[in-house]
Amino acid sequence: MQKLLLLGDEAIAQGAIDAGLSGVYAYPGTPSTEITEYIQGSKIARERNIHSQWSANEKTAMETALGMSYAGKRAMTCMKHVGLNVAADAFINAAITGVNGGLVVVVADDPSMHSSQNEQDSRVYGKFAMISILEPHNQQEAYDMAYNAFELSEKYALPVMIRITTRLAHSRAGVIRKPMLDENKSSLPKDPTQFVLLPAFARRNYKHLLSTRPDLEMVSTESPYNWLMDGHDKSLGIVACGIAYNYLMENFQDRDLNHPVLKLSQYPMPRRDINHLIEECDEILVLEDGYPVIEELLKGYQEAGTPIHGRLDGTLPRDGELNPNIVAAAFNLPVEEGAPVPDMVKSRPPAMCKGCGHIDAYRALNIALEEYGPGRVFADIGCYTLGALPPYNAINSCVDMGASITMAKGAADAGLHPSVAVIGDSTFTHSGMTGLLDAVSEKTPITVIISDNFTTGMTGGQDSQALGHLENIIKGIGVEPEHIRVFKPTAANLDEMVEIMREELDYNGVSVIIPRRQCIQTLRNKSLVHKVKELGL
Amino acid sequence: MKSDIVLAGVGGQGILSIAATIGMAAVDNNLYLKQAEVHGMSQRGGDVQSHLRLSSQPIASDLIPKGKADIILSVEPMESLRYLPFLSKKGWLVTNTTPFVNIPEYPDMDKVIAEIQNQPNHIAIDADKIAGEVGNRRASNIVMLGAASPFIDIAYDALEEGIRKIFNRKGEKIVEVNLKALRAGKQATEEAIAHMN
Ligand SMILES: Cc1ncc(C[n+]2csc(CCOP(=O)(O)OP(=O)(O)O)c2C)c(N)n1
Ligand code: SF4
Repeated sequence: MQKLLLLGDEAIAQGAIDAGLSGVYAYPGTPSTEITEYIQGSKIARERNIHSQWSANEKTAMETALGMSYAGKRAMTCMKHVGLNVAADAFINAAITGVNGGLVVVVADDPSMHSSQNEQDSRVYGKFAMISILEPHNQQEAYDMAYNAFELSEKYALPVMIRITTRLAHSRAGVIRKPMLDENKSSLPKDPTQFVLLPAFARRNYKHLLSTRPDLEMVSTESPYNWLMDGHDKSLGIVACGIAYNYLMENFQDRDLNHPVLKLSQYPMPRRDINHLIEECDEILVLEDGYPVIEELLKGYQEAGTPIHGRLDGTLPRDGELNPNIVAAAFNLPVEEGAPVPDMVKSRPPAMCKGCGHIDAYRALNIALEEYGPGRVFADIGCYTLGALPPYNAINSCVDMGASITMAKGAADAGLHPSVAVIGDSTFTHSGMTGLLDAVSEKTPITVIISDNFTTGMTGGQDSQALGHLENIIKGIGVEPEHIRVFKPTAANLDEMVEIMREELDYNGVSVIIPRRQCIQTLRNKSLVHKVKELGL
Repeated sequence: MKSDIVLAGVGGQGILSIAATIGMAAVDNNLYLKQAEVHGMSQRGGDVQSHLRLSSQPIASDLIPKGKADIILSVEPMESLRYLPFLSKKGWLVTNTTPFVNIPEYPDMDKVIAEIQNQPNHIAIDADKIAGEVGNRRASNIVMLGAASPFIDIAYDALEEGIRKIFNRKGEKIVEVNLKALRAGKQATEEAIAHMN
């Protein structure tokens, strides 16, 4: 069969489609976005009517996928690592309910924080939920794992996690497909109480979850994704997890690798192989991208026993993405680095696009806030976060999606006035709405700026759930209509914008200001332009 | 056969089209390929890079180790220098000379060019100008692919075929311009090499 050239993300998407997927539920987030986008663009997915529209946030995505699983079909939910924080309640409890149709949770971590606030390791969550975790080392394995994960999920009636990192998500290689499977037929769970987590049922389910541990461990031991390679030099045994295996092998392309290696891509850890390695080797080196999850497990609290090397003892850096050179250093291998980067090479930080509406909104806000002094703007996550950089220096916080409105409220409660929130339309419907309700309930004096560009700009212009609903939502939450102010942010409107902002900053209650202009990167998106026109925006 | 290429440029300059073209050619020639791209934040006028690895043998790492790249292929002169630690001693630096100035402290152009010329193996051509001459300045990325083509272990025809496939849905005119751009880039390198000898 002809090889397809696929990103790791796309390989997962194709694997899921071929495994008889009936719906993907996701909220965009680098580096996971391309999984869902691939399914949205797939002809077979369209023919099969596989659900692929974006969800409002990761929690709604996870729960909807669980609902599809309840009804017997194969469902997948995808998110970036921090998205799993948002969906964590649903995720942990989905392991307690278990599944009916196969449920696969794909989480893309971002070590080195290429485009994220932190580098949390989702394997910790997978272990927390006590489910199987698959961590592919290459694109073919990503495809195979997605293809087989649904069956594994159905066999033990538990969700399965696929964990990848940025490098695999956004790297392309040839992938060979397997035969396409039919979708599941709808079916209800055999036990009508399976999904009812009243304490009595939950205790029963939890005991069942605990009882699957030996089975999941056995599956890992027999997994085609885990393998032991023998080596005669037992002074060191190597555990190489997921993509770290590639960096290990890269360094031994032209050299003999004489140490035993356990290539690890399915968890819980296969105890038999780990024990074997520990017994036969004097010391162990753990290579894993992300947190030292396996290293910590092997090390435990006692320093006695087989010495374990990795990120915790400084053999590898404690933070950041691995790469072939870092792994080479762990083996004291020489690196023939090229010439150094000349001093004249300057960094090019990402910036908002020329002509972006956020820029005009910030210009006005900076002027309107001049009389009050700095330090009072709580922003959120999106392109407008780049307003933190010069020349705007317009914002003072960016923590997690939705935190702008709630932090502004907390600061206002502490006496900061005016207290301003800046949030995008997509982030507002992701998790800003509930915080706004808190403020309205107490009539907290905050000024919320929802910089509306009709899209989810930062992640590449996906649909925004807010489109066509924004004012109704805000009114529905209870913001007084005369304090909902909409205008078009342009250079020509600067004075008017400043005036409106001044008025609302002065108001002793909740006001919402909506600078509204389409993201210029989406102007060629015909269907969006058409929709905006139809809505009269 | 192996070619390890660092593609460099600024977001929006089309290095992913270069990668896609080479990728298409590689797959058609049954070569192994890995190509690590940068998506997300860095596309907003930030620096972007892609590691492209071709080989007749299976490839282990998605990232090229330092000192192992055979080619740095850059569509922007300052960006070509950012990845020097990756270039092998025998490797080639192939770069466009038209700068993309979107930062206040962009270095003095003469110094950038001097530094490029300081590298043992380099090709520096004005791809924007050449692309303009063949009919579309936006094809400067493909001019640069043409300029690097003599150093990539893939038949030139295969790259042409790659261009046809990648640009096909944009229409025959765009395909033609890019084929011309590819050829013009190749010629520029051949002339530069003839000059050296
Ligand atoms: C929990 C979580 N999910 C997803 C993301 C990825 N993400 C960052 S910004 C953003 C979109 C922001 O869209 P919007 O608020 O409309 O602002 P814009 O980028 O369009 O200006 C997304 C999805 C994230 N950082 N955190
Ligand atoms: S992508 Fe859109 S929202 Fe983001 S900076 Fe550019 S114009 Fe603004």
